[in-house]
This record gives sequence, C-alpha cells and structure tokens, in this order.
Amino acid sequence: MYQHTRLTTNRLGFFQKFRNFDYILLVCILLLGFISLATMYSTDGGEIKFHTKSHFTKLAVFTLMMLVMSFINIKYWFSIGYLAYVAVVGLLVGTYLFGITSSGSQRWINLYFINLQPSELMKIFIIVCLAKFFHRMKLENVNSIYTILTSLTIILLPMGLVIVQPDLGTAVLIAISGIAVLWFAGINYKYFIYTILGFIISLPFVIAFLKPYQKLRVLTFLNPDKDPLGAGYQIIQSKIAVGSGGIFGKGFLKGTQSYLEFLPEKHTDFIFTLFSEEFGFVGSAILLVIYAIIIYRIVAIGASSRSYFAKVFCYSFGAAIFVFITINMSMVLGLLPIVGSPLPIMSYGGSSMLATMIGFGIVMSARVHNQQLIA
Amino acid sequence: MINSSSDNVKKLNSINRRMFITGSLKFFIMIGIVSRLFFLQVKENKKYLTLSDKNRIREWKLAPVRGEFHDYFGNIIAGNFEAYQLHVIPEQVEDFRYVIYRLKDLLELSDKEFKKVLKKKSEIKPWETLIVSENLSWQKFSKINNHLYDLNGVKPVISISRNYPFKENFTHLIGYVSQANQDDIENTQAIKQNFVPGLKVGKVGLEKTFEEKLIGTNDIERYEVNAYGRRISQLEFQKGQKGKTLRLTIDTEVQKLSNELLKDKAGSICVMDIYTGAVIAMHSSPSFDPNLFVFGISQDDWQLIRNDPMKPLVNKTLQGNYSPGSTIKPIVALSALENGIVNTNFTVQCTGKTEMYGQTYHCWKKKGHGYMSLRNAMKQSCDTYFYEVARKLGVDKLSETAKKFGLGEKVFGDLFDIEKKGLIPNTLWKKNALGKGWLLGETIITGIGQGYIQTTPIQLCLMTAQIANGGYKIYPHLVVDDKVKAQPIDKFTPLYKNSKNIKIVQDAIFGSTNEVMGTSYRSRIDNPKYQFAGKTGTAQVKKITEEERELDLKTFEIPYEQRDHALYVAFGPYKNPRYALSVIVEHGGNGSTTAAPMATKLFKLIIDRHKIRESLGNKKYLEI
Repeated sequence: MYQHTRLTTNRLGFFQKFRNFDYILLVCILLLGFISLATMYSTDGGEIKFHTKSHFTKLAVFTLMMLVMSFINIKYWFSIGYLAYVAVVGLLVGTYLFGITSSGSQRWINLYFINLQPSELMKIFIIVCLAKFFHRMKLENVNSIYTILTSLTIILLPMGLVIVQPDLGTAVLIAISGIAVLWFAGINYKYFIYTILGFIISLPFVIAFLKPYQKLRVLTFLNPDKDPLGAGYQIIQSKIAVGSGGIFGKGFLKGTQSYLEFLPEKHTDFIFTLFSEEFGFVGSAILLVIYAIIIYRIVAIGASSRSYFAKVFCYSFGAAIFVFITINMSMVLGLLPIVGSPLPIMSYGGSSMLATMIGFGIVMSARVHNQQLIA
Repeated sequence: MINSSSDNVKKLNSINRRMFITGSLKFFIMIGIVSRLFFLQVKENKKYLTLSDKNRIREWKLAPVRGEFHDYFGNIIAGNFEAYQLHVIPEQVEDFRYVIYRLKDLLELSDKEFKKVLKKKSEIKPWETLIVSENLSWQKFSKINNHLYDLNGVKPVISISRNYPFKENFTHLIGYVSQANQDDIENTQAIKQNFVPGLKVGKVGLEKTFEEKLIGTNDIERYEVNAYGRRISQLEFQKGQKGKTLRLTIDTEVQKLSNELLKDKAGSICVMDIYTGAVIAMHSSPSFDPNLFVFGISQDDWQLIRNDPMKPLVNKTLQGNYSPGSTIKPIVALSALENGIVNTNFTVQCTGKTEMYGQTYHCWKKKGHGYMSLRNAMKQSCDTYFYEVARKLGVDKLSETAKKFGLGEKVFGDLFDIEKKGLIPNTLWKKNALGKGWLLGETIITGIGQGYIQTTPIQLCLMTAQIANGGYKIYPHLVVDDKVKAQPIDKFTPLYKNSKNIKIVQDAIFGSTNEVMGTSYRSRIDNPKYQFAGKTGTAQVKKITEEERELDLKTFEIPYEQRDHALYVAFGPYKNPRYALSVIVEHGGNGSTTAAPMATKLFKLIIDRHKIRESLGNKKYLEI
C-alpha cells in the first residue's frame, strides 16, 4: 500500500528529498574536496596563492551546483540527454573552429565568462546520452546492427573532434566512458573481445600514426631511464617523489620533490604524486579508500534505482570514474605511459571538476529520486 | 505488458551480472594500485629516498688544507699561508658591470688580467663563485675592505695557500704545487675525490709523490637546492681533514749551505747518513723559487727559467747522468781486490801514457807517477794503474761490484718518477743495447769512469756511504716516519766477500785527502773531529784531442760547455764515519780544485750539526 502511494504520488517534498540524500557520498566528496584544497595549498608552497584560491572557488561553486542538481528530478536529466550531448558536440566543433590554443593543442573555448574544455564535459554527457539511448531498448535489439552502429557513431564523433585538438588522452577517456555504457547495456561479450583483439593487432599501425611526442611518451614509458632529463624526467621524478614518501610521508608541506620544483605538472595530472610524497603509503591508501567508498556509493545508488536509465548511468559513471582514477595513478606510478588525464576532484582544472560534479549531481538526483520510474 | 516486464527482468539480470564482473575487476585493479604503492613507498623506499636526497642535496666542496713539509728539526719548509682573495657570486650582484669595473680600478688590473676575469665569469654558472683575485697584497685587500659599502656582492675571503719559506733551497726535492689539470685529476684518485676548481696539487718532487697523503679532505657544505640548482638553505657544514704533515730527514742548515756553495754554478750536492740512509741534504743547482708556480707562473718568469742554459728545471741529483770519472776508482779497486786480481802489493809503472790494443791511453799526469801501488794510485788517482787493473779485472766483474754498491739502479725506487738509473755497462748490455761486441779498450776507460758508464750524484753518494759504513747495504730515504726508514742497516748481508778489502779501500781514500800528494790534500781538515776522506773525479765531457792535450789549457781558457765536470765523493769523520756526500759541479773543471773545497765546508757544518741531530733523535725518536 505504502509503495503504491509512493508510486502514485511521485512528487517529493523538499525535506523528503533532503532526507533521501546519500550523506556518505556527500561527506566523501566534501572530504576529497578538503584534501584537494590542502594539497593545492602545498603546491603553492604553503601559501594561499592563485591555485588554492581558484580551486576553492570552483570547489565551492560546483559543490553547490551538485546539490542543486540533486533536487532536480532524474526524469529531467533523462529528458535532456540527447540535447546535452548535441550541445557539447557543438562546443567541440566550436573549439575546433575558434578554440584557444595552448601548448600546442586547441582544447579550450572561450565562453566569455569562462574558458571551458568541452572534451572534459563529454566524458559525462556521453554517458547520459548513451544511457538514454539504451533506456527502453529491448534486450534482443541491443545487439542489432542499427544499435551498435548508432552507439559507435555517438562515441566516435566526439572522439574524432577531440583527437584533432589534438588530445588523444581525453579522447581515449571519452571512449572508455562510452564503452562502459555499452558494456552495462548488454552488448554481446564477443564484440568486446573482438575489439580488444582488433586493437592489439592494429597497435603497430596505430603507433605508426602517432605524433612524435606521443611515440616518445610510449617509448619513455617502456624505458624512462633512456633520457632521464628529457622525456623520462617526469616519470622518474614522479616515482622518486612517491617512493621517497615512505610509509607515513614526509609531512604536510614538506615534500621536497615538489617544494624544490622537481615535479612537473604538480597542480594537475601529477597532484597525486605530491600528495603521496607528503602523506606516504598510509595517506595514499586513505585517499584510495575515499575514492573506493565514493565509487561504491555510486554503484549502490545505481543498484537501488528503479529506473533503468539511472542504473546504467550510475554503473557507467562509477566505472568511468574508477578508470579515470586508475589511469591517472598508474601514470604517475609508472605503470602506464603518460596520457593527460586528471585525477577527479583532486586535480586543478575547472572543466574536469565541473564534469565530475555534474556526474555526482546526476547520481545524487538518482538517489534522491530513486523510486522514480521513467516512462 | 507481461512481455515488457519479462524483458525488464532479463535486462536487470544482464546488467547485474555485468556489474558483478566490473566490480570484481575494479577490486583486482585496486589491489594492483595499492601493491604498486606499497612496492614504491615501503619496499623501495630507501632507494627512492636516496634518489630524492640526491636531487635535493648538493654538496659544495672547499679546497682542503694541504699537509706541510717539515725538516728533521721541525722547521716548516713547505707550509700554508693565508692568501687574501676576492670572491664574487655574479647572481648576488645587482649591477655586475659596475662592480667589476670598480674592482678593476681599485685593484689596478691590467686589461689582460681583466679579460681573464671576464672569461672566467662567462664559464661559470651565475650562482657559482668567481675568484676575481687569488693572492692580493694586504694593502689592496684593506683598500677593498674600505670600499665594500660600494661593492655589493663582493666577498673578501682569507684562503689557505701553499708557501715555500726557503724559496729556491728545496725546489727540486719538494717540488711545487700548482693548479690541477685534467691529467692530474684522471691519474690520481685522491685529486679526483677532493677536486674543487682552483685546487693546487703537487706537480713535481715530493709534493707530487706524496699527493695522496698531503692533500687532506675537503670541507663540505651541504645545501638544499631546487630543481634549477639554486641554493635554498644550508643543511650541514662538515669540516675536512688537513693533509698529513711529513717530516723529512733533511737538515735545512746543510741544505742552505749546499745552495750557497753551488750559487751561480750548475751541479748537485747530496749528503747521506751512512748507517740509516737518511738523506741530510739534496740540492740541485741552479734552482728557482717554487712560490712563482703556486698562483700560476707569469710567462716572463717561465721563459727565464726554461731558457736558462744551466737548466734549472732539471733535478741534477736524480736526473743527471754523469760519467763518474775517478770517483769510480774505489769500486774498481774494491772489485779487483774482491776478485783476487790484485793485492796491496801489486804495482804498475806509470809513464804518463800507456799503449794497449793499438791505442794510447793517457794518465792525467803527463810526466807519469812512476811505480804505483794500489794505495798510492788511489791517493794520486793514477789513471795508468787503473787502466791496467781494469784490463785484468774485466768489465763484467767490475759491473757486478758496481751494481752491488747501488750504481745502475734507482736509489729511491718509485719515490721520484724522474729519477734516472744511470748505466753500468757490461758485455751483455752492449750486445743487447747496441748490438755490438764489447771492445777491450772500452774496459780500460771504464776503469777510470769514462766511456759508457754513467751515474747520478745520488748513486755516487750511496756508493760512498756503503763503502764508508764497512760495506753494508743501506736504504736511502727522505721521510721520517716513512716505512722505508724502519729498515735498519742490514749487518747480515754484507756487500763484500772480505771486509779487509773494504778497509784497504777506505784507507786508500783517506790517503787521497789527508796525505801529501793526495789529490784533495789541500781540502783536508786536520782536526780529527772533522777529518774526512774523499776521492776526486774529473769527468771529461768530450774526447780530448792530441792538440788540446799538447796545449794543456787552464780551465778558464776552455769554453764553458767543454770544461770537465768536477766531482767529489767523501765520508767522515774518518775515525768514526757517519756521513757521506757527493759533489758535482758541471763544467767545474777539476775535482780537486772545485768540488773538494766544498766538501771541507760541508763537513764542518755537518759534523757540528750531528750532535744536535743526535740529541733530537734520542729524545723523540728512539729508533735508528
């Protein structure tokens, strides 16, 4: 009876929504935000400078945005799925045409009040779009040629636009986000296996088409000591920083590698290196646990959602976030070649944080409206 | 509707199954990342900590303080002094151009010197030290100090540098130091380890030999630096060790006298303790002031030294290969006695010249000496007698004895890389080296120390010492506390077959100095306290032609390069001998007129100094 009421009412009051919040997830996100602020403060050399201030502002604004998003019905997010995707593709095209070039790649677009990196947003909206695409599809139709071709187009279009920027790293991450949805939507296993096999076979040809700096990164990954002051510098210094941290770390604001400017890109992609140097194995493990709880919560929200869209979105977003974290950490720990991939929330960078927070916002909305069915 | 709901169930089953697979994958990947972190941070922590410190900490080495040389009595003969220097760290100077031109005025630098400073500046990093001036006079140093308000970034520094207070007295023995070059760094481990720009290292002599002991260790400053090498903060200052101070066996007074005696002459004097092998003095003349080299010698000074016809750069004591002349006669006589070729009664008639194998061999005394016994022949240095003895003895037996007494091999072993071996010829040597058979005529002139035979002054001194001490092997050395010194006179492996023969030779040498008709009779000292015995020698530098022999020119009438070398070897005091010496004056003419009188002066001083030396030795150093 109770359930029936909920089904028919379908509208929740403000306080009800408030009660439906996933507080564990919220606390973990806030905790992560706090840790990222402290780390940013350390990269500024123990002073509140540009990066700290800017990071704080973004964190505050986007967290607020996430909270606001969670009050909006998941139905609404479902309904804008295609539109948002088209809008971001539009931004990517805009970037291609009028983008801002910085360090050899055209990734940003000037939106008058903010410089945005649309490729970061695409990591999230491709999930929204594909989740909507598969929402009401019958399982037997999932593996039809039409479905596969359409979903591949949805993935390859933004990928192509990002590759020409050029930004291979982000393009790969977009693809992974998309593939995650395909996986959960039930695309036949064999396609995944074929794709992986095809990728391995074509790898030599792919390498032949890589830009020289990309080739260098791959070669450097395979043997960083070949050119320790050149291409291998980043990865060697990063490993030294992490390794020298030890069990308990060198202490907050005492990371010599970053403080003495041995670490490259310490605000962005290599932020984990600095954190790990100062807080050691224990600190890094705690950070990983926080991330694990976040991902676990996302998945749990997905599991408790009644709508298929929310489920697919949460699972895929959880998998994507997990892959972003894994790729970033593997990169700084010398397990993968260097690809530009930020650590969600921790890394400095507005677009990445915006995208992640939008994702959290939708997840939170799914949680708040977990009994919502989408027709 | 039913259809759709069953489809929904299928879809949910599918997604849950895939979620399970994904979750497991995530779990394993997470474990992978954690184990990687564990590997880097816990297992390999030490390695990376070291690497991080290597990154972070940079050492600045300062020049080590070099050990000193003391003479036997503790006088400093190579020491350190405080040099006033001027350092500038370019990046700490606001207006480098202004400061450097201001310094140029204040120091009165010539354009050439100024250019050198600018060149040095361009070679270093901006945070490294630029040494503007290495050795300033006190006046200029204080002048700079008065103008410091105006010279931002200029640092007046007192630095330790080498000093040779006795100037040219010890040059060849001790050598000198100068800026280390690439070869020095590559060849000597100690230099490599302690190298800092501007480090001075030994270039010749004992300074070079004992580099490893003298050099000491650097003061080390440890700084934390950033990725660009800029110093952030000093972490540590580690005081270095001063190099080892070496005490030599040399007596500065005797050394100084040697220098005085050989003033304006080319030659060598060395004095040795006949029992311990301690070298009391060792001097080669002409010499030069080693202080010139410490801060880099000027081109003018260098040309002056290099082009001097008396060759100051050659250490004649060790490098000079001279024909021993008549100073070899004691060995010839000893060899003949030992081999039973002659006895004390053996006589030869000297008529001033003798014909052998179709050649005429002259005695130095034209009129001849008449009938000569061994003792008389030695005393008057009769050449004819020794021609005959050498002929009967043969060069191979002679060379055997000569080598036993230290001729033909390095006296100091590896101590000096420049030391020459000299040459003691024999038939085998000639066959191997020149590919020709030995001629009997060559044996005859070898008997009076001419021909192939070549010896260094230090070898002659050792030879004399070993005759004087009764025929025992000694090991000459220069450094007290050195391992070599520990080897005492070896009484159990004598160099002779019959000690009587040594006595005979000693007595003959005594006659040569202390009896009328003796070649160095005029240089004798009658006071038994100082009385010594010596043998003169006159080594021809060229073959004397018949015409020249007829002319019988006085020494000063012959051109300098053609004059004979004057030699003298001696030991004393005769009653209870303790010291042996050798004197060589290049182109000094006659041994008895030039070299022997120097020995007189030397013995007076040496024997006076002996008591002081002994008392010092007994007090502090009981060995010997």
